[in-house]
Amino acid sequence: MGAQVITVTSGKGGVGKTTVTANVGMALAMAGKKVVCIDADIGLRNLDVVLGLENRIVYDIVHVVEGRCRTRQALIRDKRVPDLYLMPAAQSRDKSAVKPEDMVRICEELRPEFDYILIDSAAGIEEGFRTALAPADLILLVTNPEVAAVRDADRVVGLVEAMGKPTPKLIVNRLKPDMVRRGDMLDTSDVLEILAIELLGVIPEDEQVIVATNRGTPVVLEERSPAGQAFRAIARRLMGETVPLFLSEDGQGVLGWLRRLVRSGGGR
Amino acid sequence: MSWLDRLRGQPSPRETAKQRLQVILVHDRSDLSPGLLEVIKDEIIAVLSRHVPIIAEEVRVTVTQDARECRLVADIPLGNRHSRS
Ligand SMILES: Nc1ncnc2c1ncn2[C@@H]1O[C@H](COP(=O)(O)OP(=O)(O)OP(=O)(O)O)[C@@H](O)[C@H]1O
Ligand SMILES: [Mg+2]
Repeated sequence: MGAQVITVTSGKGGVGKTTVTANVGMALAMAGKKVVCIDADIGLRNLDVVLGLENRIVYDIVHVVEGRCRTRQALIRDKRVPDLYLMPAAQSRDKSAVKPEDMVRICEELRPEFDYILIDSAAGIEEGFRTALAPADLILLVTNPEVAAVRDADRVVGLVEAMGKPTPKLIVNRLKPDMVRRGDMLDTSDVLEILAIELLGVIPEDEQVIVATNRGTPVVLEERSPAGQAFRAIARRLMGETVPLFLSEDGQGVLGWLRRLVRSGGGR
Repeated sequence: MSWLDRLRGQPSPRETAKQRLQVILVHDRSDLSPGLLEVIKDEIIAVLSRHVPIIAEEVRVTVTQDARECRLVADIPLGNRHSRS
């Protein structure tokens, strides 16, 4: 058995890969799973900052690859939850310092001890892309509901298929329900229809994500944040639970139901 | 988008975005640019006209897709030899 390796990727940069990795990783750990997050964005490390663990780094993934420390020594334990670990990226090296076979070997070594291994990839579809994908059992493709991001996501779906890897599952991040309602933004259903892959979750735009990142306390730790709730729902789906999707701009609950009722009565 | 735009029957930015993406992706996925499709069309016309009479102006070469499967579709109306003579 051992851990499931989940790689978080995207076509376009800046769509939320690191935010998703940190929050889904922490949500899984909050649910009692043993989780390790690996930062594969060599040269532009960020996962340590989003998780608030930047002051505790001694060794990084390149030290492991070069045999300068043991794999375990490069793992930083998060003290807020029982079993969350980070393997940081190197900041002063480039993508070629870690090869696909290195990533596979590191994951093989960690697999027996964990339930989930999450890999945060670098933007782009060059070298680092293959490295992050090499050990993946499951690929999460993050996109924003925007033309350029969806276009680049489509390219990744094609590349992943060409590599013989399983079709990615989709995460739509930074959806603004108000804009969708006004007809100013693509809705999740539009993105799904276009990409034709399975949807794993939708994360709304939420200012608290930025506040949380500034503090180094991932937004899932915030009970009431809408994005935090979305991340917890994604983690539960990964654990095999069926959690209803917040699919349309109408949202859930009584308000959403009322809105749908009014709209279906009054037409468009 | 404003009420006025909506009254004027303007497509919403959401609809425009979706339509643009659909067109962009047909070409991205099939690696066929609109220009290349024109070249293919001209060559199909040239080859076929050697064997059967066709109505060149009405030939359509397009890429269609069903989920992620792309298909090159050529619609070639045949000219009627007898009615033309
Ligand atoms: N749901 C959200 N609501 C508000 N802000 C968000 C949300 N998701 C991400 N952000 C913000 O967007 C920015 C980019 O996010 P992030 O760093 O996770 O993207 P990335 O895909 O990892 O980028 P890169 O390609 O550079 O690695 C950050 O400032 C983050 O705080
Ligand atoms: Mg990142």
